[in-house]
Amino acid sequence: MFRKMLGKESVGSKDIAKERLRLVLIHDRTDISPVMLQALKADLIAVISEHLDIDQSGIEITITEGRDHSRLMATIPILGRRVKP
Amino acid sequence: MAARIITITSGKGGVGKTTTTANLAVALALLGKRIVAIDADIGLRNLDVVMGLENRVVYDLVDVVEGRCRLRQAMIRDKRLAELYLLPAAQTRDKTAVNPAQMVDICYQLRPDFDFVLIDSPAGIEQGFQNAVAGADEIIIVTTPEVSAVRDADRIIGLIEAGEKGPARLVINRIKPEMVRRGDMLDVSDVLEILRIDLLGVVPEDEHIIVSTNKGTPVAHEASLPAAQAFRNIARRITGEDVPFMIIEPSDKLIDRLRRLIGPQRKGSE
Repeated sequence: MFRKMLGKESVGSKDIAKERLRLVLIHDRTDISPVMLQALKADLIAVISEHLDIDQSGIEITITEGRDHSRLMATIPILGRRVKP
Repeated sequence: MAARIITITSGKGGVGKTTTTANLAVALALLGKRIVAIDADIGLRNLDVVMGLENRVVYDLVDVVEGRCRLRQAMIRDKRLAELYLLPAAQTRDKTAVNPAQMVDICYQLRPDFDFVLIDSPAGIEQGFQNAVAGADEIIIVTTPEVSAVRDADRIIGLIEAGEKGPARLVINRIKPEMVRRGDMLDVSDVLEILRIDLLGVVPEDEHIIVSTNKGTPVAHEASLPAAQAFRNIARRITGEDVPFMIIEPSDKLIDRLRRLIGPQRKGSE
């Protein structure tokens, strides 16, 4: 708000529009619903937790679009252990 | 010579399909092309009023399909342009009165005698849309820089790709330069980045569109108006000419120029 009043880089609503569109179109195009993605996330947590201590709050599951394929990306922070070389 | 058959569609309603169809028909006719504009929106006929020909409608698309008249009898010659015709939609009939094969047949009959057949598609993705694209060689998708319109355009692009039509091209309608400058409206590059299809044209928001629709004289007749110029540019691109895009970017100078052209805009409206 103040930034806007000072005439500095104001964040307009178009960035919100773009981000929302990006997400909704990924779901439209791949037929993967946000609900399904949540279920997938829960299953991943359950499986990986059997083997590793993970930071559940830091998990990010996203779908990115490439030229030919969509890609499921999971970033899962591991707690406690350092990986030995 | 055989006509190119171009369908104008959008998915979402109210983004300017009919206005675009009427103006491209006029702009192409002004280039000396022989044009038929077909209103495929059965039950919600509107291309006739936008073109100012509503008082001349005698027969319609459904009359042709059902054999109550010949194709030529249903075609209305434009008031100003001798080589421009309208084939109006039926107003009161059942939407399923026409099927895709019949549309293909009408296009086939028109092909030898014209340069372009422009088909104004109804909104939606149901039979009316299927009818409108059935005979098309090319597709023009109209969208506005709004979340709902862009989403629907994406859906249509998916359907068209699946239907093996030529690559669809995009017209972005109703760009408001002042809102783009403020960062409150998706700009041309944003929309293209999202939809990933070729751009055919950009049309600025222009109050003259409403005035011209009030009068039934498509704005493309008035060369000096920004929207008219945009439609004329699109028409030239359709004929294969390489016309630079009216880039409506948040650069102050250009914006000021465009704003002057477009007329005063109320801040905070919409």
